[in-house]
Amino acid sequence: MMGYKLEFADVLAQWPLFVQGAWMTIQLSALAVVLGFTIGTLCAIGRRSRYRLLSFACGTYVEAVRNTPLLIQIFIVFFGLSSAGFKIPAFAAALVALVLNVGAYTCEIMRAGMDAVHKGQIEAAECLGLRRAQVYWHVILRPAMEKVDPALTSQFVLLMLASSITSQIGVEELTAVANRVQSDTYRSFESFIVVAVIYIVLSWMMRGGLWAIGQVVFTRRRKLGTLA
Amino acid sequence: MGGAFNVNHFNFMLTGAVWTVGLSLIAFAGGGLLGFAIALARVSRNRLLRWPATVYVQLVQGTPLLIVMFLCYFGLAMLGLNLPAIVAAGLSMTIYVGAYAGEIWRGCIQSVPRTQWEAAECLALRRWQRMRLVILPQAARIATPPTVGLMVQVVKNTSLASIVGFVELTRAGQLVNNSIVAPLLVYMLVAGIYFALCFPLSWWSRKLEVRLNFAHRRQPDLAFAPA
Repeated sequence: MMGYKLEFADVLAQWPLFVQGAWMTIQLSALAVVLGFTIGTLCAIGRRSRYRLLSFACGTYVEAVRNTPLLIQIFIVFFGLSSAGFKIPAFAAALVALVLNVGAYTCEIMRAGMDAVHKGQIEAAECLGLRRAQVYWHVILRPAMEKVDPALTSQFVLLMLASSITSQIGVEELTAVANRVQSDTYRSFESFIVVAVIYIVLSWMMRGGLWAIGQVVFTRRRKLGTLA
Repeated sequence: MGGAFNVNHFNFMLTGAVWTVGLSLIAFAGGGLLGFAIALARVSRNRLLRWPATVYVQLVQGTPLLIVMFLCYFGLAMLGLNLPAIVAAGLSMTIYVGAYAGEIWRGCIQSVPRTQWEAAECLALRRWQRMRLVILPQAARIATPPTVGLMVQVVKNTSLASIVGFVELTRAGQLVNNSIVAPLLVYMLVAGIYFALCFPLSWWSRKLEVRLNFAHRRQPDLAFAPA
């Protein structure tokens, strides 16, 4: 490095901004995970439906989202909808795009989990006279989630990292804060290093949090103590 | 409004798409080499190889690609190198793909049954020979579907290079939109071109996966067949 010295003091002096940005990233990710998981699970049920039209519609949604970049999805939701007359704030647009995005990935993951539930269990539930919705609720859902839990965790962490892209439409999350701090302090490399470290910490926290939720939700795992 | 959408705009976007493909190939070639090295280091018995590779993967997988891009972009500038945007974009994509490909391939190497290692050892092959002649050919077959799936991610993620100023498909779309202001039309079209690039790969990946699963599933199914 030709005489360049890393200087973090100016950047770290802006710490309240970083805290705000991190909080925004956490809010955005948490909301997107909860809503996206709901949509994704419903969509997975839709894809397994006997009604061709419903399963085709869900399949089209999943393929459309999984084969286009998130950045373009965000642009379509934000600029596209506003040009079509639906003015929505940047945060809402970002949230909608993230939910649609993670919903599609969750759908594929949950479908794999549901397909892995043993047929005999479903048949047994049907013999007990459970309706289809009851079969899903009491028999399929939890084992399916348990089977794909690691994949879901990875996907949700990827979503949290991908929320950085929403800075491009002006959502004041962590990456946008980094951009602001670097233009104020002229310490671009240092700003992005600080933010990278925060993201790494956030992703560890998220993995830990999701693991803890798994321990609570999947009681079987806790009792056996063997299934990590 | 700067006029209506016309053929020139579309051609400009297709040129951008060519650059998207180019950047994807660079990312995949560079990231593939790096990822292969990472995968081998991660399964190595030597701690001095295993640890740095693990730390590398942890760091990259915990950081958004966008931040990696900014770091490369400003980092290269800080070194006093005034390089075109494609260098920063290519470098950051390589770093990113290296970590993800490395993890995928490590999993594939480790999913080759232990007995294959033992059998190879009984044939008096040295460790590197075991790896090269016995394990890697089998791991490569397991690795094909997820690797093709990763290629889809790579193509999509090159869209972030637009943010550091590299004119690929997304940036081309933004430029067209700046001149004619028809975001819904332009971005839908951009999305359509991305879909045309990615969907065949997704489809191929799924097809490979189904074929592989049949070979794997047959035995367990028989074993658990109801009496």
